[in-house]
Amino acid sequence: MSPDTFLRVLGPRPWRVAYAQPSRRPADGRYGENPNRLFKHTQLQVILKPPPAEIQEIYLQSLAAIGINLREHDIKFEEDNWESPTLGAWGIGWQVMLDGLEITQFTYFQQCGGIDLDPIAGEITYGLERIAAFLQDVDSIYDIVWAREPDTGRETTYGEVRLAEELQFSVYNFEMADVKKLWEHLNSYEAECQALLDAFKALPEDADVTTRKRFPILSAFDLCLKCSHLFNLLDARGAISVTERVGVIARIRALAVGVAKAYAAQQAA
Amino acid sequence: MADFIFEIGLEEVPARMIAAAQAELEKRVLDLLNRERLLDAAHTARSFSTPRRLAVLVSGVLPRQQDVEETLTGPATKVAYKDGKPTPAADAFAKKAGVELSELKTITNAKGEYLSATVKRAGRDAVDVLAAEMPKEIAGIYWAKNMYWRAGKPERFVRPVKWLLAMLDKTIVPVEFAGITASNITQGHRILHGDAPVAIAVPKDYESSLASAHVIADVELRRQKIRKALDAVTRTVAGARWREDEELIDTVTHLTEWPQATLGGFEREYLALPEEVLVTVMRDHQKYFAVEDADGKLAPHFLAVLNTQADENGLAIIRHGNARVLRARFNDARFFWDVDQKIPLTERVEMLKSVTFQKELGSYHAKTERVVALTGQLGDAAEKSGIELDHIAVVEAALLAKTDLTCELVKEFTELQGVVGGLYARAQGSTDAVAAAIYSQYQPVSMEAGIPATREGQLLAIADKADTIAGMFSIGLAPTGSKDPFALRRAANGIVKILAEGDLPLTLAEIRSLAVNAFKGAEVEKLQSELIGFFTERLQFYLRDARGYAYDVVNAVLASGADDVKDALARAAAVAEARGSDDFAAIAAAFKRMKNILEQAHAKGDVAAAALDAKLFESDAEKLLAENAASVGAQTAPLMQNREYAAALKAIVSLRPQVDAFFDAVMVMAPDAKVRANRLALLASLLANFTRIADFSEIVTAG
Repeated sequence: MSPDTFLRVLGPRPWRVAYAQPSRRPADGRYGENPNRLFKHTQLQVILKPPPAEIQEIYLQSLAAIGINLREHDIKFEEDNWESPTLGAWGIGWQVMLDGLEITQFTYFQQCGGIDLDPIAGEITYGLERIAAFLQDVDSIYDIVWAREPDTGRETTYGEVRLAEELQFSVYNFEMADVKKLWEHLNSYEAECQALLDAFKALPEDADVTTRKRFPILSAFDLCLKCSHLFNLLDARGAISVTERVGVIARIRALAVGVAKAYAAQQAA
Repeated sequence: MADFIFEIGLEEVPARMIAAAQAELEKRVLDLLNRERLLDAAHTARSFSTPRRLAVLVSGVLPRQQDVEETLTGPATKVAYKDGKPTPAADAFAKKAGVELSELKTITNAKGEYLSATVKRAGRDAVDVLAAEMPKEIAGIYWAKNMYWRAGKPERFVRPVKWLLAMLDKTIVPVEFAGITASNITQGHRILHGDAPVAIAVPKDYESSLASAHVIADVELRRQKIRKALDAVTRTVAGARWREDEELIDTVTHLTEWPQATLGGFEREYLALPEEVLVTVMRDHQKYFAVEDADGKLAPHFLAVLNTQADENGLAIIRHGNARVLRARFNDARFFWDVDQKIPLTERVEMLKSVTFQKELGSYHAKTERVVALTGQLGDAAEKSGIELDHIAVVEAALLAKTDLTCELVKEFTELQGVVGGLYARAQGSTDAVAAAIYSQYQPVSMEAGIPATREGQLLAIADKADTIAGMFSIGLAPTGSKDPFALRRAANGIVKILAEGDLPLTLAEIRSLAVNAFKGAEVEKLQSELIGFFTERLQFYLRDARGYAYDVVNAVLASGADDVKDALARAAAVAEARGSDDFAAIAAAFKRMKNILEQAHAKGDVAAAALDAKLFESDAEKLLAENAASVGAQTAPLMQNREYAAALKAIVSLRPQVDAFFDAVMVMAPDAKVRANRLALLASLLANFTRIADFSEIVTAG
């Protein structure tokens, strides 16, 4: 999860941002054989904090803006609450269904890094591949025309861009990732992240604002994200038993909570 | 008399929560009006809901509360007046009551003389009362999951509140909640009507005004419209029918404001996937209805319920889109199916070692080992009673039962556990008996659902459930009160239902003691006695709730034995049939009397003789009863053996004249100790012989 989401939703400052973000879920890999599932897909993330009262209407207008005539489609907001146990984050919301296709996860963030949010933030996550496949009416994500050269008119498909990556990362994630190494990486990133958090906590009471502001909390978050990804990899590899799972989630959650607290403290400095 | 309309406008409320919230809002509004003396006796109420609103319309609201006079009691006169002068206590009371000192009166009650004041309370306008009280009622509505949305977090609700509509006839009731003040404006369908305000002229227009804004506010009306629309589009395919699915109808009713249905198709090749998988994808993941052909086989069509009214062009687009998604879902299922076949179930048993069943009870591999042993033992017990069983199949099924938990298809469609295992077993060459047993291991899924169709399946289902129950009890995780996180009650209900409706000759006692064996660390005796109580309760529940027997019949029957489910069922049927007759009531009362006499005698230290001695009989009544009891006993013994309890009860009830005569003529507690002991022995033998069907003292008799 991008710091533009995870960290910026903390605290009282209003924040509005939209950005494209690759989302990697090793367990969702399908060796490039499944026309709709990807280990890595692209989201358009929109954070509106605090959420405007007309956020749903604005969202619907955004669909119209990319050429979806809602009069010719069936749109439903169906209950779907979002939760990331490793990041101590959850929210209430919907999956937005367009003609039976989930095109967006719409969430009112309630908590992040274990911290109750006030104001809360509205998060709109558009699934770009799905929406593109829908708009271009192709059955396979890999057939999406990803780019068209303006001078030659030559088209590049999503498959040309991504298929090899999907195949090879599926092989790595499911078959070849070295479980022992993954655990080592996890332990070492965890230790480094924790060390940073400890160092921030250990700053002397009278440390000046500059010292606090230049402290690399953002880097600590980066390390925490690496842990989260390693956890997902180990999970995809089938290397985490159900009992272990709870423990590892708690370890990463502790880092995320530590980062969130440190960030809040740094912001207040 | 006025009409009151109240509506809360919301962002889409989860479908599963709407019905209860609608009912609660109606109840809260009626209770409030009633409490505030604003409800006419002849009132009527209706409530409405869509994903975006909850509403209630009450006709027969009084526009104003009646004025009332209330008498307040104050301090005792002797405290309120000292030497004829008012004390501060009198002043305080007058002030509190809002009257002058001179207006205070005195009243005398049991405790003495007290000051009193008569207070006139002017009735308030309904508009004022509702504006003041409704916010509390809104805030009080129960939601399974709430959220904050406004800065400062002033309130929580299921989803953000967008508008409030509140009118008493033509007057707006300015109810305030979540920073919104009620008006006479509501909203229509998001797409079909847009955001133009819908003004309500009078409360009675609510439904029709919304209808013209493309919202059917009445839930039942929407449900009917959906059913009709499904019928209509299905008719376009010759011979086709849509699969009835009450639950899904309910869901789509609560997902739409203006429903329409469309029928789409998918490629025939997907029909090669098992029907269970196809239906699950359609129903659980896409909320589509399945369609079957004239032979009842799945047809390559689906029905989607839309929340819009599209023209032909739009419908074609929507159908196309839905079909595209379904195809992708089916592809996914086929992918999982193919991947799963690469490792057969037999090789997956070992993989269960890394799947935790319960922290303290170990992995699913450990559970599998226990259930394999338990099915073997239960199979032995059943076979001893002369039942034919494919013993090898049931043990093989037990071994493979949980392996589908390691399969991708089950990870994707968890509701198909068991079913997928059964389908895979069949595809991988297991016998039908094995496959069917694995398939049905989680049945019955509810008290209304069917039990496994085969004996092997029934045995596996019993063993699996009994193992879970015994295991959870052994580590102190028995259900308490309304909490039953591991659904142990449902599991035990399942066992009772299988025994009652199948033909396995197993008793609850056998199942309990064999299941407990696997948990050696536990205090076995304590565990057994907990389980006896637990299963008896479940049997009680089954007889009462599933079979509809009266509670006293159930108690009477279970007091005479609660281990053999089928036997208890037969006894309950006989007792329920017999209890209507006068003779039965009299006999039941007489047995109750006998039981009391024996208990009282026992309390006094009087012991019944070990054997009856005919020489000690003093009266004919006594002799006759003993003789008749002996012959009835001879008659009933074979009847009871054959579970012909109705006939046995008839014979027992035929003793009534002798029993009545006995109690008329004989005093049991005779002065002579030997005579007394002999009479007690007569009663004891009667009770022992004839209460094996039911403890008649539990029967509630009229008067």
